[in-house]
Formats: sequence, structure tokens, C-alpha cells
Amino acid sequence: MIDLLQEIYASVKKNKLRTLLTGFAVAWGIFILIVLLGAGNGLLNAFKENSGGLSSNSITLYGGKTSMPSHGYQRERSIDLKNIDIEVIENQLGEYLNNGGGNFNLSRTVSSSKDYIAGDVSGTYPSFKDTEGLIIKDGRYINQADVDQRRRVIVIHEDAAETLFDKDNPIGGTLMIDSLAYQVIGTYEGKGFRSNTDFYIPIQTMKLIYNKDNLDRITFLLSDKITSEAQNEELEQKLRAIMGQQHKFDKEDKRALWIWNKLKQHLQQLDAATYLTIAIWVIGIFTLLSGVVGVSNIMLITVKERTKEFGIRKAIGAKPSSILRLVLVESIIITTFFGYVGMIAGIGATELLNSYMGSQTVDAGAFSTTMFSNPTVDISVAIQATLTLIIAGTIAGFIPARKAVKIKPVLALNAK
Amino acid sequence: MIHLENINKTYPGLVPLHVLKGVNLDIEKGEFVSIMGSSGSGKSTLLNILGILDTYDEGKYFLDNTLIKDLSERKAAEYRNRMIGFIFQSFNLISFKNAVENVALPLFYQGISRKKRNALALEYLDRLGLKEWAHHMPNEMSGGQKQRVAIARALITKPQILLADEPTGALDSKTSIEVMGILKELHEQGQTIVVVTHESGIAYQTEKIIHIKDGLIQNIETNAERKDSPFSMEGYIK
Repeated sequence: MIDLLQEIYASVKKNKLRTLLTGFAVAWGIFILIVLLGAGNGLLNAFKENSGGLSSNSITLYGGKTSMPSHGYQRERSIDLKNIDIEVIENQLGEYLNNGGGNFNLSRTVSSSKDYIAGDVSGTYPSFKDTEGLIIKDGRYINQADVDQRRRVIVIHEDAAETLFDKDNPIGGTLMIDSLAYQVIGTYEGKGFRSNTDFYIPIQTMKLIYNKDNLDRITFLLSDKITSEAQNEELEQKLRAIMGQQHKFDKEDKRALWIWNKLKQHLQQLDAATYLTIAIWVIGIFTLLSGVVGVSNIMLITVKERTKEFGIRKAIGAKPSSILRLVLVESIIITTFFGYVGMIAGIGATELLNSYMGSQTVDAGAFSTTMFSNPTVDISVAIQATLTLIIAGTIAGFIPARKAVKIKPVLALNAK
Repeated sequence: MIHLENINKTYPGLVPLHVLKGVNLDIEKGEFVSIMGSSGSGKSTLLNILGILDTYDEGKYFLDNTLIKDLSERKAAEYRNRMIGFIFQSFNLISFKNAVENVALPLFYQGISRKKRNALALEYLDRLGLKEWAHHMPNEMSGGQKQRVAIARALITKPQILLADEPTGALDSKTSIEVMGILKELHEQGQTIVVVTHESGIAYQTEKIIHIKDGLIQNIETNAERKDSPFSMEGYIK
């Protein structure tokens, strides 16, 4: 092995500039690949972060207005979702849906002794935290006991906590809504598109105080039995059928019941992410390919120049395999070495990008969003890139190496 | 040592060239032989076949009782490495390797460790009076020195036969005499040597001269005394 490396060193030393120029092409290819992958990752990470950990496998129903007459009713009739619907659906589709819950919104002013916020107050079930993917920062979310005992407790946005309370820990503080006092039991994190004016109280408390049985929406978590878009579609149809019976509308009437299926969205998002990654790899690989062709070209010239040398080696007993190895390993070493230079430069560039843009956010008032989040590549990409380089080097060296092996010693020795 | 039976060789092409037309030849162990002929006589082709650098179409070639025919490249390389030592007109040293590395190269292909083969190479260089030059590159040496390095490289595997293709072709007359002197010395130590040349002055320093013309052996001249020729050592004519 040391001998092999010395041979390659001698050969490279003889053609410094040529090797350098070729190597640059490879380094550039890998550099582009890494930077593109980093940028792509940044985009995807930001995408993920902005959806604020919204649970990706929930399904939400909204009542609409009928667009077809049915069950003896005229069209344009409003459909109001009821608490009982949750039970009915879970009874029939419990296999696919669970953690059912709903909420009802009212616009109310929420005030403390310090300040007030014009907010949206939602009556929610304990499952709301999971279906919405709320992350609790301090304290806890509403639990079943809160709902059953109709407690006047409230969960607020972390920013709202700052506005409404002086002290670091708002838990236990009191807020007033419509002259009734509520005790703060928790705060939630406000990443992504989450509005800082949303307040959550138990659904039964809401029902009791405002005398409403309606729900603005009903949300379920999908069980892991649902994995494909086709199954999703089927489930939606079943939901429409059940609700149609319940609220007396035609199950084909799509405007009577709106369904927001996040799994569907999530699956599509996953697809989009995959396509993006594939596109980046394709662009990167093609850039790298031009480098590889360069290496191959140089190796061909090198082999041609060394025809006589290979002839001599063969005459004194070099086996075809040893000639093959000599050329292949040289190609792999050139490709890998310069590839690594490009990779380190690329990683450096992505880290730079990270430090400049990684933390930049676009503030849209009620929420802020990140354009790029952690636009870097991880170790698995580095390993993949290394493998790619070795394969690239082998491909680059293969044709020249074959040519070297085919050199006939007689002809080579006569070549003056 | 060498036994050729009806060797035929044709170079294919638009006009196929029949270079060897049935060569029969025997060379015994320890002989010092020259193959002489004008250019185009087929002497180089014959040497290439003897050196397993080229193949032949018909006939049989036994080297040390081994039939050399239809060998794989790998096998041919192995036989060349172990049985044959080459000396070329243009030395054919590898330019970016110094003298020791050049001499040691055949042993590298036998898988002998670096330390061992370099030590052996140094020993052979010493025998040829080049110890001082062991770490010089070929382009720092004179023609005679380069040829001596090449001879050391040819000898290091202790080959059955030494094949020299116009070994003095690129040398002046003084160094030519030196090189032929080395070959003679090797012959006296029992080495089988075949020299291919078109110069009678060189041929007549060997013990047996095989005249080849138009792809056939014309006659074999015994020249045991070596001084019989009009171009003896003393009357060397280049």
C-alpha cells in the first residue's frame, strides 16, 4: 500500500497544475452539492418549524351550509356541529379516529390587573393539546377534571403572559373575561403561525357560562391504521355519511361539511420534501459529474503519457491487476482528496449561511416565521457524499485504467 | 533451455505480414547466443516471442520445459517476471524512480518487502559498480550507467535467460565494449544470454551466431573462440 501511494505521489507530483485544475472541478461539484443540500435542509427545517409542531395526523371538521336540498329541507341551511357528534363518530369510526375533541370560539377581551388583550377565547377538550400540537411551556394544559367540574381555568400564549403579567411565572395568576375570574394554569410556546391572542378554557365551562352547545370544529387524531391517501379518502367519505345522517344533509354535499385533513397535507408535504431532495441531489450529482469527466479525461491523458512506463512495468512482470489498481487508486485519491476539500468548504459555507440567515425571522405581527432554519448538512450526508466520491473516482478511473491494462508491452516499448 | 518448433507469426492487416515462417531453434543452458539479421528480418519479433511479450500463431515454444502458449496476461506477466531478464536498447528505466527503485521493481511485483528488495537491489548495483549512484535518477546518469542499472534490474530476479535487444545500440563504442564485457562476465558465471543485434561487431563477441533472414534461420555459426571474427575485441568496429 505504501508503495502504491508513493507511485501515485510521484505521478501527481509530475503533473501538479493539471491535477490541481482537475481536482478543482471535483471540489466545486461537491461544494455545490453540499451548499444546495444545506439550503434545501434549511428550507425544509423552516417549513417544519413554521407548521409549529402542528400535529400532522389530525383531521378537523367544520360545519358549512348545505348546497343541496335533502331530507325535506331546503338548501342554504347552516350545519352546526354539536358535542354529541364527537361521541357518534367515535362510536362508529373509533378504529381509525381517537382523541376526539372540539372547540368553540368567542372574541372576548381578556384582562389582568396590568393590561388587556382583545383575544379569541376557545372552549376546548383536553385532547385539543394533542390534536393542535400545542407545546406547553409552563404549567399544564386543561385536563378532564377541569372539563367535568367546569373549572374556570385558562391556558395562555407565552407572549400574552409577558403582556399581562409582570412576574416571570404567570401560573396561578388571575385573568378576567366578561367579569368572571379565571386562573392561569399554563402557557404554551408560540412558534410558527400560532397567534398570541388565543386563550383556551375547558369546553364545559364555556357551555355553562355562554349557554352554547355548538362547536366551531371537531378534531380527531388519526390512528396509524391510516397510511395512504386512498385510505384517507375512504375515511372522509365515511365521515360525510355519518354526519349526513346526523345533521340530515346529503353525503355528496361537500359544502355542508368541511374537512381539513392534515395527514393528507402532511403526506403531500413529505412528497414535496422528497422531490426537493431528489432534485438537489440530481443537480449536485450532475455538477459533480462534470468534475468526474474532467478527472477521467486527465487520467486518460496520463495513461497515454505513461504508455511506455506501463509497457516497461508489464515487461518486467506487472500483472494486469496491479496496473489497473495503480490507475484506479490514483483516480480515487484525486477525486476523494479534492472532494473532501470541496466538502469542507461547502460545510463551512453552510455554517456561515447558518450564522447569518439561520436565525433571521420575518415578523408578521401576530406571528413570526423563519425563512431558513439550520441550513446545514448532517453527518449522514457527509458519509453519502464520501461514498459518492469514491464511486465517482472509480467511474472516472475505470476507462483510463482499462486502457492502461490493454497496453501491449511490445508496442509500448517501441513507442519512442 | 529454449526449444522452438516451427514458430510462425503473421501480423494481420490489410496486407498480412508473415514475419516468422517456421523457426526451429534450440538454445542450451549457459549459452551465449546472438541473433543477427537486418531490419525486417524478423529478429525483433523472435525476441519478443522468446520474451513472452508477443504471441505466435503456430508451433511450440518451450522455455525451461514449460510450454509457452496461449497464456493469460497474468500468467505471462508472472513468467516474464520470474524467468526472463530484459535489456533494451533505450534502457527503459522508469524516469521518476531512482536507480535502486528501478532495480528493485521486478521484486515489487513478486511481493517482496520494500526493505528486502532495496537491500538486494543495492547489492546488484554494487556488483555493477554503481553503488555511488544508487540514489540518482536516470536523467542524472550517462548512457553506460543507465544500461548497467538496466542490467542489474534484469538480473535481480535470477532469470533463466537474459534477453538483450540491441543492448549497445544507444551507446558509444567505449561503453559498448564495457557493456559487452559485463555480458561476457555473466556468461562465464553460467548465465544464458540471447543478444539480438544487427551489428556483426556485437554478434561476433558471442559464442553462437544465428543468422536470420526473411523470417527463417539461415545458418548457425559457431564462434567458440570469439576472436575468430574480423571484428574481435581488439579490432572492434562499431
